[in-house]
Amino acid sequence: MTHLLEMKDIFIEGESDEKWLPIINGISLTLDKGEVLGLIGESGAGKSTLGLASMNYTRQGCRIASGSIVFDGTELTGASPETLRKIMGVRIAYVAQSAAASFNPAHRLVKQYAEAPTQHGLMSFQKAEKEAIDIYRRLLLPDPEHIGYRYPHQVSGGQLQRAMVAMAMACQPDIIVFDEPTTALDVTTQIEVLAAIKKITREFNTAAIYITHDLAVVAQLADRIMVLRYGDLVEENNARKMLANPKEEYTRQLLSVRTLTEDKDLSVSEKDVILEVEGVTASYTGKEIVLEDIDLKIRRGRTVALVGESGSGKSTLARVITGLLPPIKGKTVYNGEMLPPALKNRKRDSLRVMQMIYQMPDTALNPRQRVSKIIGRPLQFYYGMRGKAAEDRVLELLDKIELSEKYKDRYPTELSGGEKQRICIARALAAKPDLIICDEVTSALDQLVAEEILKLLRNLQNELKVSYLFITHDLATVKAISDEIVVMLRGRIVEQGRKTDILTPPHHEYTELLLDSVPEMDPDWLDGVLAERARKVAQGIEVKTTFIEE
Amino acid sequence: MALFKLLRQSPWSARIGLAMILINVFAALFAPVISPYTETEIVGDVWMPMSTDHFLGTDHLGRDLFTRMMYGARNTIAIAFITAMLSFMVGIIFGFFAATVGGWTDLACSRFVDIMMAFPTLIFALMALSIVGTSISALILVIALLDSTRVYRLSRAVAMDIEVMEYVEAARLRGEGIWWLMRHEILPNAMPPLVAEFGLRFCFVFLFIAALSFLGLGIQPPLADWGGMVRENSGAITFGIFIPLWPAGAIAFLTVGVNLVVDWFLHIASGLKD
Repeated sequence: MTHLLEMKDIFIEGESDEKWLPIINGISLTLDKGEVLGLIGESGAGKSTLGLASMNYTRQGCRIASGSIVFDGTELTGASPETLRKIMGVRIAYVAQSAAASFNPAHRLVKQYAEAPTQHGLMSFQKAEKEAIDIYRRLLLPDPEHIGYRYPHQVSGGQLQRAMVAMAMACQPDIIVFDEPTTALDVTTQIEVLAAIKKITREFNTAAIYITHDLAVVAQLADRIMVLRYGDLVEENNARKMLANPKEEYTRQLLSVRTLTEDKDLSVSEKDVILEVEGVTASYTGKEIVLEDIDLKIRRGRTVALVGESGSGKSTLARVITGLLPPIKGKTVYNGEMLPPALKNRKRDSLRVMQMIYQMPDTALNPRQRVSKIIGRPLQFYYGMRGKAAEDRVLELLDKIELSEKYKDRYPTELSGGEKQRICIARALAAKPDLIICDEVTSALDQLVAEEILKLLRNLQNELKVSYLFITHDLATVKAISDEIVVMLRGRIVEQGRKTDILTPPHHEYTELLLDSVPEMDPDWLDGVLAERARKVAQGIEVKTTFIEE
Repeated sequence: MALFKLLRQSPWSARIGLAMILINVFAALFAPVISPYTETEIVGDVWMPMSTDHFLGTDHLGRDLFTRMMYGARNTIAIAFITAMLSFMVGIIFGFFAATVGGWTDLACSRFVDIMMAFPTLIFALMALSIVGTSISALILVIALLDSTRVYRLSRAVAMDIEVMEYVEAARLRGEGIWWLMRHEILPNAMPPLVAEFGLRFCFVFLFIAALSFLGLGIQPPLADWGGMVRENSGAITFGIFIPLWPAGAIAFLTVGVNLVVDWFLHIASGLKD
């Protein structure tokens, strides 16, 4: 039997400093009609590169060095641009990670939908408009008759991502390449997009290559999974077989992420409270309230996880606590002493006790400073340490974050993402703080790296008795690291308490939705959740799948 | 070492530009050594043709043109360089300050600069110079002040971009003062566009001085400078003597050289591959 797509011994190279370095080292891949293939791996594994190569396309600065790509009997390598034009976008379509960046903000959705089919002369604009409505309906978009006449900024992130899937479906392609289509979305939105993708690929019997770094996500969709690492194939198997019985050590590691847990005595006492936020209401403009009446206590040596979707006001609360955004009402109390609301009025020592770690280690480190200066500056600034004493302390801190001495002379650009985040942690530790505010510190990192960072943070907490305010949208992280959980929605706290209390039923309905929406490694999870929701609706129980007002 | 590597990878245009600048700098530095005569010495007739005694002939007073060209390089380049440095210092300090402090300070500085920029530069300079006189220090101060408005605009915009980075926020949270933020967090990251701009500004200053000299308000005789030399000898054109083209050519030569290097530098700074 011939395959729909057959890629054989693909070698892809990328140019760097006028040298061609290998990105993909001879991977072969086949795809049959209606089959969903999951490509999984960390950043730099070459999964996007390989996915794009299915159309004989490479990003700028890359080239397909050798190999053959046969699509439906046609050899694509070396094919004329005219042949490729008839295949790209028509028979093989591509869905990018960020729909917001891929749509033209100046045109309505349906106009962009109709572009490919009318360009290729498959149908008239009127016919495309009609078909769009059908596709929008199948993708479970609200108000399918009219949503196409909106502009990209008038729909939510999840809807836009589905509109992009619709666009890829416009020519009814044989293959769709999904490149991390849900990575930038909140969990509650992700589940909707996943459901839509699963439904439509089944209904049209479309083959798909689904690229992601999240094994739990791919488990819901893929029939077969290929695990890639550093441009090599690690393991390939039927999805269920692989999840049940991974053969390679690396796959096992990927499977076991998010299982980090720890038993701790969670009893609380009031005298341990180091930071208290009382009745804080804040706004950026003075009119629109972003945070409303927030009360929060952080205890010594404990981790408070602040959970919520994007726009819930988590990071704004961090800005209020640090003094970057003075609140309209309410106060921040540190060790029984009220802190001045604005940063510039705070004393140096009250700045020292609170440190911050950011989501993007790339922008959190000055690219023109060496590691020794980045870590050394707080030592000099808060403790007046210079010369040998400062140098020794820098080495000690490097040791704490499990990096060797030689890192001290490096610039941030010479470090990997995980190493950069470690340097950020060291910079925070240099001040000997009581509280570290961690703003989505693991979301920009690969899963295995993120896990290492979480472990490091936990060990440091046990050793130094530092408290964390852990801001995140990822419930797996919360389960792994928190002692107390605060769930936020639209600037308010909907539920707060000890981890064990929050994570055991009964839940607040929003917490339940959040917990529900986190993908599990079980391939039947998505179907199960959707069936459960459908059952509830059938019984007349209202199921809210979104709490964000549009 | 890094500089050497950079030079080895540089394109031909940049190397030619660099050579052109070096020739000028060499002439400026060693003017007294290379020149056969002294700056203001009258050595022959008016507008003598090229000869072995006078490589480029003589000027309208009978001074050796080659000598005047060497000393002209010295005066013009030195004054333009000092002026550009001064305008950058003022512009960068105020621009960074406005960007980091923000609010009313920013508003006040920016509106002041807007007002300054609303006047045509040449008219403003002519007015200011006729009030304060045409001493070299006055010339430098007036041009530096006028030019710093442009530098202010650029450095404020660049600093604004850097100011929103989290490493700057981290430094603010640490409690760092304004000076540290400007000097250690913003300046090193703002260097590439500012250095490129310096090259261009240097050219503009230098052309501006030449223009002022041509109008008689720049560097005063008997000091040699290229702009002034063009004006003094402009009468020669009527007689078909091409003497004023030498200083004019020198102005063009240096401008082109600097621009070739700046182009290359801008290219590296922008991070483009080809």
